[in-house]
This record gives sequence, C-alpha cells and structure tokens, in this order.
Amino acid sequence: MSTSTTSDTAAEVRAAAIQRDPRLAGPPRTPGELAQAIWRRIRAGELGSWPVIIGLVVIAVVFQSLNDRFLSTENLYNLSLQIVASGAIATGIVLVLLLGEIDLSSGSVSGMTSAMLAVMTVRHDVPPALGLVAAIVLGAAVGALHGLIFARIGVPSFVVTLGGLLGWQGLQLWLLKPQGTINFPYDGLVAKIAHTNLDRVAGWLVAAVVVVAYVLAELLERRRRQAVALPARPVVSLAARVVVLTACVFGAVGILNAYAGVPIAVVIFVALVVGFDLILRKTRYGRSIFAVGGNIEAARRAGISVTGVRVSVFALSSTLAAVGGILFASRAYSVGQSSGGSDILLLAIAAAVIGGTSLFGGRGSTYSALLGSLVLGAIQSGMLLLSLDSSVRFMITAAVLVAAVVLDSLSRRGRRSSGRE
Amino acid sequence: MELTSEPVLSLAGIGKRFGAVEALADASLEVYAGEVVAIVGDNGAGKSTLIKVIAGVNPADRGEIFWQGRPVSITRPHDATALGIATVYQDLALCDNIDVVGNLFLGHEMTRAGVLDEIAMERRATELLATLSVKIPSVRVPVAALSGGQRQSVAIARSLLGEPKVVLLDEPTAALGVAQTAQVLDLIERLRDRGLGVVLISHNLADVKAVADRVVVLRLGRNAGDFDMATATQEQIVQAITGASDNAVSRRQARAGRADMATTAGTEAGQ
Repeated sequence: MSTSTTSDTAAEVRAAAIQRDPRLAGPPRTPGELAQAIWRRIRAGELGSWPVIIGLVVIAVVFQSLNDRFLSTENLYNLSLQIVASGAIATGIVLVLLLGEIDLSSGSVSGMTSAMLAVMTVRHDVPPALGLVAAIVLGAAVGALHGLIFARIGVPSFVVTLGGLLGWQGLQLWLLKPQGTINFPYDGLVAKIAHTNLDRVAGWLVAAVVVVAYVLAELLERRRRQAVALPARPVVSLAARVVVLTACVFGAVGILNAYAGVPIAVVIFVALVVGFDLILRKTRYGRSIFAVGGNIEAARRAGISVTGVRVSVFALSSTLAAVGGILFASRAYSVGQSSGGSDILLLAIAAAVIGGTSLFGGRGSTYSALLGSLVLGAIQSGMLLLSLDSSVRFMITAAVLVAAVVLDSLSRRGRRSSGRE
Repeated sequence: MELTSEPVLSLAGIGKRFGAVEALADASLEVYAGEVVAIVGDNGAGKSTLIKVIAGVNPADRGEIFWQGRPVSITRPHDATALGIATVYQDLALCDNIDVVGNLFLGHEMTRAGVLDEIAMERRATELLATLSVKIPSVRVPVAALSGGQRQSVAIARSLLGEPKVVLLDEPTAALGVAQTAQVLDLIERLRDRGLGVVLISHNLADVKAVADRVVVLRLGRNAGDFDMATATQEQIVQAITGASDNAVSRRQARAGRADMATTAGTEAGQ
C-alpha cells in the first residue's frame, strides 16, 4: 500500500462498508426481524444455547407438574449448590474439548487433590489457606504433566488421561490410608466455602454490578465501532440482550435470596465460567486455543506454540478439577475413598457436551459447562424428589446425554448444508 | 510497471539435497519489484523445494541469497518473514471455525491493554480486503462459509498484513473453478500493481500466460530457461520443461506437420 493514498483508501473503505451485498439479509431492526434472524441461524445449525434453554424449560415444567416442590426456592437453592463442583470440573473439560482432545483424569485429579488438602490441613495442621493454594497448584502440576506427555511425546490424550484416571485414584487411596476418610472441621475455612452465603444486599449489589458492567462495555464498544464507521450491533438486539441478562441475573439472585442468600460457592463457579469465557473470546491466548482446535497446521504456521497451548490447557483442566474437588470436599465436610470417583467425570463431560460444546473441537464456550450442569443437576434433583431408583436415573441421564450429542452431530450437518463447515 | 535495476530478491547456485536425492543442483532466481515471476517445471523439478528454501522452511545446503543486493541467510521461516517475504501455501492453512478477521490476524492479533482489539482488526481487515477488491459476504463469517476463491483471497490477504515486498504463491489456482481462478489472477495483478514482487508456482500454463511477466523453468533441480512472457511461445516453455525437443507435445505437432525442430532446438538451453 503506497503511503500517499492512505487517506483516499480510508474514504473508499467507508464507501465499501456501506455498499453491502444486496443478497445478504440486512441487520434486524424490529423485534420481528430479530426473531427471523435467530430462526435463520438455528436452521443453519448455529444452535447456540437454544436447545439447552428449551430443555431446561421442559425439565422445569415436567418435574414441577409431577412434584410441586421442584421449583421451590429451597430446591433451587440446593440445586445451585449441587452443580458448582461438577460445574467447575466441566469448565476444565470444555477447554480440553475446544482443542478436540479429552481429559478422563478430571474426576481422579479432583479426588486426589482434595485428599492431599485433607492430609495437609487435618493431619499435618497446615493452615487451610496454604493448603487450598497447594491443592490447586498440585492440580496444575498434574495437568501440566499430562499435557507434556501428550504434547511432547505424542501419546494420545485419551491414553495419558486414562492412565491419570487410574493412577491418581491410586495415589488418593494411598494418601487416605489408614482411615480411608478424613473429615474437615465444621467451622474451618475449607468447610465454609460451600456453607457461606452472601448477605442479601450484597447479592443484589453483585447482580447490579454485573448488569451495569455489561451495559457499559456494550455501549463503549458501540461508540468505538460507530466512530470508525464499522457496523455495530443493532439496537433491538442489544436491548434484547440486556433484558435477558437482567432477567437471568436478578431472577437467580432473587430466588437464592428468597431462601438463604447467594452461596459464595455459586459466585466462585459463575466467576470461573465468565472469567474463562472472557479469556477465550478476548485474549490472544483464547484465540490460540480455538486455532489449535480448528486447524493445528494453521496455528503452527501462524507462529502459535501448539505445545505450549496444549500443555497449558491440560494444566488448566486439572486446576479446575482441583477447584471442583475442593468444592465437593467442602460441601461434604470430608474426603473419602470414593471422592472424585463413580460418575463425576462422566457427568462433567456430559455437562460440557449437553451445554453445546462440540466433541469435534474448535466450537463451544464455558457457558456450556454452566448450562449443561444445570440441565443434569435439574434432572438429578427432580428424579431424587420423585424418589426414582438409581437404575432409572442412570438410564434417563444417558438418554439426555445421547440426545445432546445427536443434536451436536445434526447441527454439524446443518452447518455443512448451509456452507458453514 | 517500471522495473528497478536491482532485484529485490536474488538466489544463485542454490543446492539442496534430501538423502540420495539432489532436489536442487544449481538453481538461481531473480525477483524484481512489481513483476510476477512464474516458476514452472515438471513434477519433481524442484519448484516447491525452491519456494521452501526462500521461505526458510527447508534452508539451502549451498548457494547465496541476496536481499536488495545484500547477502542474507534464511535458515528459518522467521528470517524470511523478517526480511519481507510472505508465503501462501497450497493448503492455505486457515481455521474454519474462526472468522475472516480472526484468520487474517491469527498469531499477530492487535491488542489494547492485553485484550484483543477487535475493532482495530476489523477496520484494518475491511480496509485491506477493499483495497484488494476481495468480495466476501462479511468479515465476521467463519472461513468455513467461504468459497474456494474467497478462501484463497483471504490467505493471500493474510500474507500482506506484514507489508511484505515479495509474495510467494504455491499453486494458488489449483482446485479452483473458472470464475474463482479469474478472481485470484486479478488479485495477483493487483499485488504486482502495488509494487510487490510475486513468485508464482503453477502447473497451469494458461494461468502463467495470463499473469506472469517472466517464466523461470526448472528441470531436475537446475534452471532450464528464463523467458520473457511477452515474446515466449508455449512450445518453447514446454520444451524447456520436458528438456527435449523430442517430447510428447512436439511429437504431436510433428505429426500435424507444423513443428520446426531446427529453430526450437537452440532455445532449449534458455536465453
């Protein structure tokens, strides 16, 4: 580009930006057009969060009609606490799935790190705060080890983490010897994490801060885009987003406040989900995760350190597993031989996939960990209220998981036929 | 387009050996600003190896490389990029799940206080694509939604973000339809008009004829001819590629009674 014509080209660009391809549908201006645009995207396989939201509504209606305690504030409060631990693990799983890989060790790592926390703080009187940090760092180290074996040596992630699944559970059993279970003091820091609620006023304040921050960020972005004549988000779509966000945040805080206040553990989980979503969408590191998940060769040629991304993502996954393990331990006041075992790993993976993160890599968001955990948690909670047998619970959970993956595969097909893949 | 007297990039006596195979024996190449040089040759002639030597992917074993007259060494891709050499490979290497802006800036994202500056990147992307007259539905669609020609255009545009002086294109029109090929050839002409040196590898002599100013023929790792496109004929180029006046193409012509062996034999060694 010759420098003398820069100002001319800027003018040309503005003209070009205004001349849109007439075959393209314009941006929506009215709520009706917005609904049409959303429908077009769904038809094209860009399902986003819609299946989960519809699923949640169906679950709520069905279980509420079967048992009117399902939508009680007490049950919803318990549901919110019940999903935080597996939700944190699912957030880590989302990161790994974005790379197109899998982490089967998350459950075991959550159990092993919380066992280590218990051994350090209860048996050896390490200060709880130090113990928490050490457990999380241990998680990161374990994940980095998985990542190095996978990325440096080239062992498939499936095998490395399958080894982790067995090995870390073994270490957990060894650590917990001879009693097999270690209890946390009821008034200790570890137990308090899942048993403390925000003050009701503080809950409303947090909700208000979230909504105001979102509105400010959107308005700022809008102003900057208009200043350089780039197309900005249509007002109707912006307004719809703000209304939905306000309803969700204030609705959730309202329900939790109506019972006992917003649990700190829920705030931690939601902060993890939002924080990692911002990292994924707004930073170079997040972009490099999507690039490695989309096309490794392209990422490598673009100068992205594929090994670095892989190792760090596995480290993050195990770190989040450690956080999940701490939340589990805190809620149960104890760590036992079965902590982190049984179906915890499978439910975390299922939550990520049900929430809409693709198993095929490169597509998804951490919000799917939140939404998927809500769906699974709601089903579990509803079935427990109906006192269904665990045999039936397993089968129904399995059906939901398979349905979610079927939807993922079908929407992939929809994207192909609309030329989006 | 007026040529400067000194080539931007020149290679002399380049040799490259892969085990028992001597991929390049004594190859040379000169690229001037504002010209399109096509490298043609049969399969295994060393075209791709030469490109990889220039791009720093497979450094040369022997030979000298001059950049704007001064000797340089290119031992890794970063060296080539730092000099101002951009490469667009045949398999494009775009991420289907990322939008056009994201792909253009992949690995070189603009940030503002540590956060991706999507607005600055979108603006720069729109500007760049507009100056290249690249038509795509929106810079915010995932690359998966683009046609082959549009994807090639995005890949070429991506290489231009670093303000290179020389662009290497490896088979840019392979696997493209008629209209899409024309789109990419137009884009190549626009690169030349912007004063860039363009090195084009192609199997398709029609495309070469359409855009190249000069054709360098490689055969068995050596230069086998350097033709000015304005005066060279297709037979001359084919003879240089196959290395014999007696080849399948000329035999067909001889059977038709039109071949003139005596005049073409002399041009075999190049000009």
